[in-house]
Amino acid sequence: MPMEFAVECKGVIKDFGTGSVRQRVLHGIDWQVPIGATTFLVGPSGCGKTTLISIIAGLLSATEGYVRILDQEITKMRRSRVVRFRADHLGYIFQQFNLLPSLTAVENAAVSLVVQGVTLATAKRQASVLLDRLGMESNKLKYPNQLSGGQQQRVAIARALVHNPKIVISDEPTASLDAETGHEVMELLGQVASGADRAVIVVTHDNRIFPFADYIATMSDGRIESFRKNSA
Amino acid sequence: MFSIALKMLFHDRAKYMGLVLGVAFSTLLINQQLGIFIGLITRAGAVIVDVPQADVWVMDPGVKNLDTIFPLRDTELGRVRGVPGVAWAVPLYKSNVTIRTGNGELESSLLMGVDDSTLIGLPPEVVLGNIDDLRRPDAVAVSMDGYRKIWRNEPLKLGNIAELNDRRAVVVAIVKDSPKFTSSITFFTRYSQALQYTNNGRNQMSFIVARSAEDSTPAEVAQNIVARTGLQAMSAEDFRWKAIMYVVQNTGIPISIGTVVALGVLVGIAVVGLMFNLFVLENLKQFAVLKAIGTTNIRLIGMVFLQAAVVGFVGFSLGLFGATMFFETAGKSPTFQGFYLPWYVAAASGGVAAAIIILAAMIAMRRVLFVDPAIVFRG
Repeated sequence: MPMEFAVECKGVIKDFGTGSVRQRVLHGIDWQVPIGATTFLVGPSGCGKTTLISIIAGLLSATEGYVRILDQEITKMRRSRVVRFRADHLGYIFQQFNLLPSLTAVENAAVSLVVQGVTLATAKRQASVLLDRLGMESNKLKYPNQLSGGQQQRVAIARALVHNPKIVISDEPTASLDAETGHEVMELLGQVASGADRAVIVVTHDNRIFPFADYIATMSDGRIESFRKNSA
Repeated sequence: MFSIALKMLFHDRAKYMGLVLGVAFSTLLINQQLGIFIGLITRAGAVIVDVPQADVWVMDPGVKNLDTIFPLRDTELGRVRGVPGVAWAVPLYKSNVTIRTGNGELESSLLMGVDDSTLIGLPPEVVLGNIDDLRRPDAVAVSMDGYRKIWRNEPLKLGNIAELNDRRAVVVAIVKDSPKFTSSITFFTRYSQALQYTNNGRNQMSFIVARSAEDSTPAEVAQNIVARTGLQAMSAEDFRWKAIMYVVQNTGIPISIGTVVALGVLVGIAVVGLMFNLFVLENLKQFAVLKAIGTTNIRLIGMVFLQAAVVGFVGFSLGLFGATMFFETAGKSPTFQGFYLPWYVAAASGGVAAAIIILAAMIAMRRVLFVDPAIVFRG
């Protein structure tokens, strides 16, 4: 039976601090992210979006509840297994790009494969093909500080996709970009990352890119307020 | 991952150079100072080293080093020769004399009086001249460094005349001796001639140097001499160590040099530790990204240790090269003869450099291990 959901959260609670300084950030999140679609997670600043995707990404542990990704309960996995799971199945695109300044564009794009144990030379060959698809043919040997914001984000997309992950988690991918470049990046992400057995989760404030969403979940005060198919 | 670690390290060239220079400076300081220390204290036993034929030294029971001597009676020589296990024994005279140099200046010099018949007590290496000529009247041999100090800018030649305590001395040989602790000028002459230069009469033996028989060890023979004569006797090696330990225990040299070495180690730890910590701190977000992407802690530890090891190896190599060049260059000066870089000092400094770098890596590694990968999602 084929998977229905890429991600399934059930009763996810996250507290920070202990005792009198304990603060509840997520209040029992129930959420199912469909597979084969691009899902946007929106909401005001401080509503818990980043905390939720950090838990989905296996970077934070939930205080209560569980998270299933690709039919595997990540909240019950050992830490070492989670790290391996992240390397094999997840790709990340960050708001600040977070490229390694000491590596060229192609080396940055190759990092996700190197983490999996592929040699740098082989990884660079695969990353190079992907960068070509992303229109970075002439910039592959440049360092991040020699690239524009849009070019850096393309490298970040290549890094997130080069190891062919099932789920791509993207945090404000267009926040540092102008409208035109933002649209370009979302189109590329849609082309490269979407597929029947994949899912893209995008956290954003940027309503200019809402047309690229298949589903939109709205968060407020640590809760999912609404989850709907995007009609735009 | 290791190639990525190296690219991270070399990317910030200023910090990389700072780290390397920190290790290099520490290594250079440790090697240079300990080399000088070893060279200095070794000089304390130089007179003993220059008499390689003798393996037992006999002296007054109160003697603690080579410079404070109480003369032995001439009859003691016969008593020592009669002790079982002694193959042979000869007198050795040691005293300070004042000499007048070619330009009229006064210098303090060491005068060694060796056995008249065998000439045992002379350094083995003769640079110029025939050692048998010492049997001629007023004949002396002079150390090469001493010659250069007395007859500056003159080529090595025989026949020069010096005044030892206002008495005529003719140079018939130039020898290569070990650098001494107090004076770089040493004259060697026959025992009987030495007594004339110092206006002394009988009973002036500074030491009796002896050789143990083939079936006896120097320590056994020394014990026999002590038991039978009541004099102080010990093997040449023991006496050399006694002379060295006297300098170590009665001068400020170990504290002075030890302080500089300790400062070198401390500066190394502080500079390298802080800079490496800063390096890791500045790259912490990169480590967090790698962690988020799926790099295991073991691999991150490996990356940090590789970076530290490269810094340590390059820094140590540079520092050792600097120290070697120092001894090579400074060693050409006559006053710096005898100073060298022993292999065990270089090895010890390698151990110190490794300890500094491991400590720095361990301090920095904590940050990498405990960095929260979720920070990559924060702006």
